[in-house]
Amino acid sequence: MATQHSQSVARMMMAPAVILLLGWMLVPLTMTLFFSFKKYLPLRGGDLGWVGFDNYVRFVSSSSFWPAVATTLIIVGGVLVITVLLGIALALLLDQPMWGQGVVRILVIAPFFVMPTVSGLVWKNMFMDPVNGFFAHLWRFFGAEPIQWLSHASMPSLVMIVSWQWLPFATLILLTAIQSLDTEQLEAAEMDGARPLGRFWFIILPHLARAITVVILIQTIFLLSIFAEIFVTTAGAFGTKTLTYLIFQRVLESQNVGLGSAGGVYAIILANIVAVFLLRVVGKNLDA
Amino acid sequence: MHFRKLVCTAAAATLMASGVAYAETLTIATVNNGDMIRMQGLTDDFTAKTGHKVEWVTLEENVLRQRVTTDITTKGGAFDIMTIGMYETPIWGKNGWLVPLDDLSADYNVGDILPAMAGGLSHDGTLYAAPFYGESSMIMYRTDLMAKAGLEMPAAPSWSFIAKAAREMTDRDNDINGICLRGKAGWGEGGAFITAMSNSFGARWFDENWNAQFDTREWSDTLNFYLNMMNDAGPAGFATNGFNENLSLFQQGKCGMWIDATVAASFVTNPKDSTVADKVGFALAPDNGMGVRSNWLWAWALAIPAGTQKEAAAKQFIEWATSNGYIELVASKEGWANVPPGARTSLYENANYKDIPFAKMTLESILSADPNNSTVDPSPYVGIQFAAIPEFAGIATEVSQEFSAAYAGQQSVEEALAKAQALTNDAMEAAGYR
Amino acid sequence: MARATTIRQKTITTIIAWTVAMVIFFPILWIVVLSFKSEGDAISTPMRVLTSAWTFDSYAVVQDRSDYFKHFFNSVIVAVGSTLLGILVAVPAAWSMAFVPSQRTRGILMWMLSTKMLPAVGVLYPIYLLFIELGLLDSRTGLVIVLMLINLPIIVWMLYTYFREIPAEILEAARMDGAGMRAELLYVLTPMAIPGIASTMLLNIILAWNEAFWTLNLTAAKAAPLTAFIASYSSPEGLFYAKLSAASVMAIAPILVMGWFSQKQLVRGLTFGAVK
Repeated sequence: MATQHSQSVARMMMAPAVILLLGWMLVPLTMTLFFSFKKYLPLRGGDLGWVGFDNYVRFVSSSSFWPAVATTLIIVGGVLVITVLLGIALALLLDQPMWGQGVVRILVIAPFFVMPTVSGLVWKNMFMDPVNGFFAHLWRFFGAEPIQWLSHASMPSLVMIVSWQWLPFATLILLTAIQSLDTEQLEAAEMDGARPLGRFWFIILPHLARAITVVILIQTIFLLSIFAEIFVTTAGAFGTKTLTYLIFQRVLESQNVGLGSAGGVYAIILANIVAVFLLRVVGKNLDA
Repeated sequence: MHFRKLVCTAAAATLMASGVAYAETLTIATVNNGDMIRMQGLTDDFTAKTGHKVEWVTLEENVLRQRVTTDITTKGGAFDIMTIGMYETPIWGKNGWLVPLDDLSADYNVGDILPAMAGGLSHDGTLYAAPFYGESSMIMYRTDLMAKAGLEMPAAPSWSFIAKAAREMTDRDNDINGICLRGKAGWGEGGAFITAMSNSFGARWFDENWNAQFDTREWSDTLNFYLNMMNDAGPAGFATNGFNENLSLFQQGKCGMWIDATVAASFVTNPKDSTVADKVGFALAPDNGMGVRSNWLWAWALAIPAGTQKEAAAKQFIEWATSNGYIELVASKEGWANVPPGARTSLYENANYKDIPFAKMTLESILSADPNNSTVDPSPYVGIQFAAIPEFAGIATEVSQEFSAAYAGQQSVEEALAKAQALTNDAMEAAGYR
Repeated sequence: MARATTIRQKTITTIIAWTVAMVIFFPILWIVVLSFKSEGDAISTPMRVLTSAWTFDSYAVVQDRSDYFKHFFNSVIVAVGSTLLGILVAVPAAWSMAFVPSQRTRGILMWMLSTKMLPAVGVLYPIYLLFIELGLLDSRTGLVIVLMLINLPIIVWMLYTYFREIPAEILEAARMDGAGMRAELLYVLTPMAIPGIASTMLLNIILAWNEAFWTLNLTAAKAAPLTAFIASYSSPEGLFYAKLSAASVMAIAPILVMGWFSQKQLVRGLTFGAVK
């Protein structure tokens, strides 16, 4: 179908998008690479010369590096587990016949539209504050000592906040996948006397497999770079410093652009490893 | 050709000549503290007097720092005036990033600025930022709770007295904590408090060869003393409390004592916001018998980034906002207790201000703070709750994160100090000090 | 319906589902409540909060202090502008990939997505310097461009998955009628693609509205959108729950309403067609 002519026209039509993205990728990337081999301290006069791989070595050998990698993985992993498990449960629930299904769906989806900064601030102040927060009032009402969420349970709190934001996303996608399930197949299973658990395990779950993979991989892209939630709640204290946050600290708080850029290059590498997995799965779908 | 050039030159000259009357729009970055918000509300007075308009960029402290630092180091020129502190001013001034404020009008009376403030906002004797308000730190305490505990606050107490009083004033059943102190991570939050406190315990950040000093007994004494006292008499979750959190606790009557910025005095004694307004006493920040008190020195000041096109208008704004005229304007609208404190000598000589209960103690605290001699043992840096070197903010934020983790019980004091020691030496080495 | 459900079952499901939904929605509901309270009431126990007087004070204070509408209009312009510009660039690209695929199409699509993974913090300095050089600092134009670039991969992907569903036979029929490429695009494809384009736009407006790193760091006064507006309420002195709640409600309400209308498109947009 594609003639020589239409091919070249197609190329021209693609050109603006490709060139723009190429620029958007190459310009910052080149500059980041450039800075990462420099001793670049804005507060000490800027460019202080080439330093080879010093920044790369220093970034990895810093005592904060491995804890930051661990924190990143815990947050990403924790949020993924919670959103996928609860997402499946919620999707199954919302798939049942009920009154007011539309409204319920709207309520469940709402957190996804809240700005990350706002959700961080709201959870930190109105809910997790150990004196005036909603939870503190609730705990005291039942005669318990309020939990000091952000200092004594910093990671669970953070995972909870981020999960709240992403649960709607997982639910919505899984719900759509469930609804596309062939009802005849389910009915047949029902008539064969399959118990609900068996039906879930042998029919629904395999059908959801691809949707679950998609949820996991897409959330990973976004979760690897979460920043606002940490910035407004703990500012990196109490072991909540992720790799992204560590780079922020190096570049902006310590004003060491060279060191931060080296960290940026590491983050790009990490993101691309994840990306390879993601693209493989999504890529398969292209041909489907 | 020549004619056209002439016309252009003439037009330019006319523009420049009329520059005084030409209305500019100034973009000012500021922090969302109460005094600045009040200034925002009074901008109309400035516009009426000069014709210049003002656009405010009001940001929370951490965001503000990040924003203005990016802009000044890249010479971005997004702001005509920036609100910065005593830490940034000398460093930026030294780099030539700020417009020297050496030609302010005679009316403005630069000499009236408190010497401690002018000194901290200068580099090599040149003023680079004009103080909007200045502060030290002092003890604010509940006179009623102190009397109930059968104690009397000395004018210049010691840490051991404070610890004793804190434990006796604590009444968990009635939700009263003997003492509220900052524990929040961040160099300008808990970091500032613990550094100022450590000074009175004989500790210092660096020795004369820029070696980190966290492995010393003085630092472990400071942290252990703080932690024991806070565990016995501090509020729940103190490891995440900064200035704002403590202010709100104190205003709600949940603190017996609070050691913090002197500017807080006007908020805790303001009956509109504070439930304990008429029961607050003041005293100097405590010492430990070593000749150094634990009070700091700070100013929020207005500075003009070098390279701005609107220097003249910006200077006019600074003269307006940090003048005696502005102080009188606020006094006429909101009362003398609410004027920006700690910047000008004449305010403390003003008969109207003498009756304000916290005026005397604020001035005494400011006068007793000496950034050049802040530690018991000699140190190579200037600054009380900070060391005025570019690397400090980054290092101190990480150090205070380790401390906060210790306050929250996630690690021991010894672990926190060992990590602080390692990361500080690391960073100092990277910066080429050692 | 073959899967017969009794009224009792349906009642139980309804109760459970509504309870769960209210728990998830509760934080948003709670800030709406707090935003209509005085500062003093906003920190008291939940029972007292509910029984205390209602007031619009916080909204008045916030509007008086920060000029909500300026920030709101900036958000609207930046979100809508970046989306329109993105659509303009992406439609031809997605069209050609969908209808004239070559061996490289798949690779290009993959690569586009991978540009989304550059960590923003790491390139702040380079981008800031670039913006100064181009005079784009604190301009809506600059923000429109950056947000367009950030979301362009998603726009292309979404449009691509929509366009691929348009049956190729229709195109061929049009070609046999002698329609040129332009006519084909204008009269045949566009009407069929409009639903897809519309839902792509909805999702991208939401993403652009909530972007909080570049919008905060590349603006000062003139172009500052609602993300900057929120940054001045995050930790003021004294009591601030009511003001923060009011500011939060003002910042999220417009997009929440819009998001509710576009929830179906969300699934499409974010999964790149992998789930339908």
